[in-house]
Amino acid sequence: MADSALPAPGTIGGAIDVTPHHKAPGTFLETLHSWVVTVDHKKLGIMYVLYALVFLLVGGVEALCIRIQLGRPENHFLSPEVYNRFFTMHGTTMVFLMGMPMLVGFMNYLVPLMIGARDMAFPRLNAFSFWMTAFGGLMLYYSFIGGSGLYAAGNAPDVGWFAYAPLTARAFSPGHSTDYWTVSLLVSGVGTIGAAVNVIATVFCMRCKGMTMMRLPLFAWLSVVTSALILMAIPPLTAAQVMLMIDRYLGGHFFDTLAGGSALMWMHFFWIFGHPEVYILVMPAFAVANEVIPVFSRKPIFGYPAMVAASVGIAFVSLGVWAHHMFTVGMTSVGNAFFALSTMIVGIPTGIKIFNWLATMWGGKIRFATPMLYMTAFLFQFLMAGLTGIMLSVAPWNWQLHNSYFVVAHFHYVLVGAILFALMGGICYWYPKVTGRMLDEKLGKWGFWLLVIGFHMTFDFMHIPGLLGMPRQIYTYEAGRGWDTWNLIVSIGAFVQAAAVLLFAYNLLVSYFRGEVAGNDPWDAWTLEWATSSPPPEYNFVADPVVTSRRPLWDMKHPEDPDWKYE
Amino acid sequence: MNADRSTSRRSYLCRTLVLLAATFAAHAAFAEGPQSTPSIFAPAGTPAASIFDLSLFVIAITGGIFVVVAGLLTYAIVRYRHKKGDEKSEPAQVYGSTQIELAWTVVPVLIVVVLFLTTARLIFAIQDAPRPKKTLDVTVIGHQFWWEFHYPKLGIVTANELHIPVSSNQQPQAVFLKLYSADVDHSFWVPQLAGKTDLIPNNENVMWMDAKHPGLYVGQCAQFCGVEHAKMLLRVYADTPEEFAAWVKNQQQAAVVDPQVEAGRELFARQSCMNCHTIKGTPATGHYGPDLTHLMSRETIAAGAAPNTPAAMKEWIRDPDSVKPGALMPAMHLTDGQIDQLVAYLETLH
Repeated sequence: MADSALPAPGTIGGAIDVTPHHKAPGTFLETLHSWVVTVDHKKLGIMYVLYALVFLLVGGVEALCIRIQLGRPENHFLSPEVYNRFFTMHGTTMVFLMGMPMLVGFMNYLVPLMIGARDMAFPRLNAFSFWMTAFGGLMLYYSFIGGSGLYAAGNAPDVGWFAYAPLTARAFSPGHSTDYWTVSLLVSGVGTIGAAVNVIATVFCMRCKGMTMMRLPLFAWLSVVTSALILMAIPPLTAAQVMLMIDRYLGGHFFDTLAGGSALMWMHFFWIFGHPEVYILVMPAFAVANEVIPVFSRKPIFGYPAMVAASVGIAFVSLGVWAHHMFTVGMTSVGNAFFALSTMIVGIPTGIKIFNWLATMWGGKIRFATPMLYMTAFLFQFLMAGLTGIMLSVAPWNWQLHNSYFVVAHFHYVLVGAILFALMGGICYWYPKVTGRMLDEKLGKWGFWLLVIGFHMTFDFMHIPGLLGMPRQIYTYEAGRGWDTWNLIVSIGAFVQAAAVLLFAYNLLVSYFRGEVAGNDPWDAWTLEWATSSPPPEYNFVADPVVTSRRPLWDMKHPEDPDWKYE
Repeated sequence: MNADRSTSRRSYLCRTLVLLAATFAAHAAFAEGPQSTPSIFAPAGTPAASIFDLSLFVIAITGGIFVVVAGLLTYAIVRYRHKKGDEKSEPAQVYGSTQIELAWTVVPVLIVVVLFLTTARLIFAIQDAPRPKKTLDVTVIGHQFWWEFHYPKLGIVTANELHIPVSSNQQPQAVFLKLYSADVDHSFWVPQLAGKTDLIPNNENVMWMDAKHPGLYVGQCAQFCGVEHAKMLLRVYADTPEEFAAWVKNQQQAAVVDPQVEAGRELFARQSCMNCHTIKGTPATGHYGPDLTHLMSRETIAAGAAPNTPAAMKEWIRDPDSVKPGALMPAMHLTDGQIDQLVAYLETLH
């Protein structure tokens, strides 16, 4: 679209690859081999995202089974045992096998391109990290076959995704299902840490000439913040998993309450991982919004330094809020007050972000293509999720809401309404770069509106049974509780969402073969990844680009009014 | 034109919100005691009512924020959407404004201060409430998948159905619970009376509540505790002082001895029943299952999973898994005749 209109090659123009790429396609085995042994950050990024999408479907099927079971009271669609396995696997899958790989995939693909590098700092570590993550996921799902040993029936983990001790002790969780959960998270955690180290090293050491930290695209900045959080949050989880295994197999008593161990300690270990984890997942959503909203509003991001400061601020504060998951465990009143305050403080930098996005759109000429539609829904839904988050931070009210369906609705608002919407918008935005083809806009809009309807049917109404006293993680409920109608609406909404996700997946597939050819820069965007061809060659840029501002492609397209004059 | 539309949208939102708040308030004001839906917006006890008041305040503040921000967003979307002819030029490029950004940092800070102070006030008011002279003490022990209640000062042990005296302005009656667990984590939650508190093994927790209206308050375990977490139901009966006194008197008696059901009683002692259950005044002193001394004073069995009828009890004894799959009570493989004898005996335990 716009690439033909680019001015004569300048500092960045020289980086554009004009070599024709007409390689003969290899045989199936050659292609497979090239993907398995690759250390190319783009191929690994694509594999991460596809891996995440597969598990999105798997976790989605589990969610649908859960919703069928809860659609009416006293239902017998799933036995209690299977239900407990499904919600445990649904939570674990969506956080560790869908959310984390998806965001790592985004960072992997985009960070080197955005900073004008040819690959990540440690390409082989990158491949290692992916395969560790992949093996972790496969191992977790192998538990369906091998949880009780091959001689017995399948038995996936069934202790909930936060696996509170001592339910995980051998006395209460015999067989190997909990071991699969522990070891597979340990293994995929190693992969995640490797990816985080790589991203930080890449951004710190591989930026092209002229790209100071304050000219770094916000996506790359937030990738650094996410990675730093990963480095701080995953080790406590890994430590806890090791301690749990020592308890289970070497006679340790860390969490073994029968022998004087502490159940509370597991909660602290888990949530000091678990709460930063929420921000690990949401930062990449912010990162996508920071790239997409300016381009479609046709304005630079409003308040770049404040956006960086707010992200670092959120990361910092998020390390001190973990016990807001534990308001009901009998902390002292001072402890409860402290964690209520620290949790509320997160609202301040988050508010700054929302206002800055709003100000970016203000006075713009907003093009509502599919990526921007997703971002708009993201803004409304993230606002709503943040406000129910404030409600939950009010400790006395939390004594009522904790572990109810209100909490389930709240965190799905964050994970689906904010994160999944933003990441799907991001996929729509970068799909032309990755494949060289445009997504079908009509299918994309259908998918978007279907998802919006399904999402709100499910998660708006899910708040209500929580307020009416329905706890989470129950496989059924009595008929006279007044929860039936709400649960039925929620269940129907889940199927609408499923249809939307299938439509989205179909669009990804069909556009790969039949989509309109995209060109280098279909959105008329400003960051470096749009300077190279679509899909980018293995070496990304022919020559190292040189940049003079935060929006190098703006400078190139508007030599009369370049950005660096104002920054 | 566009501005008008968004203003009217905002005022509509405002009205909806006020209506919603009014509905909640009316709901609370008219909530005459216990309901079959344990709504946190129908409080019937002091802690639940003060939490409800705070929640209305928080809903008003967050609702206000939502109206303002969502209104601005809607305005921006409508006003600044791409129009015909827009592709000819780019809009003015604005990079930021320190003054504006400072302003929208200060306002959230002020909101946080207000929210925190009201929150902290209620945390201290509930958690550190001075203990009145006249309280009822109950020790609650969570088990996989049932509740054990001890009244240490009254010498009563019962299960799953907690009786407390109702609290009135003339006779305020707070109930102080000490919470323990015999196995894994559980959580005590009766939404109309108070917020929840966890029962954690190897750890002592305390909470208090009161009930302003007599009747049955329902709740259930709120911390996932294993297979039958969903059927670890909780019933709190707020009795009038006379009813409560009568209930206490009955509970303090030893088990009824009825010679007509001698066969059933012998069966209870000969089979493994007595390993897990206590029946006061008999050799049965087990502690793994609920105390059955006054089984017939309860309305449900299996922690609320089934009504306390002879038919349900027979089914429960014949095959516990058919009533509550995963319950820890084993099927003893008794003949129908034996089950009839056993249930006939249990039916006498008033």
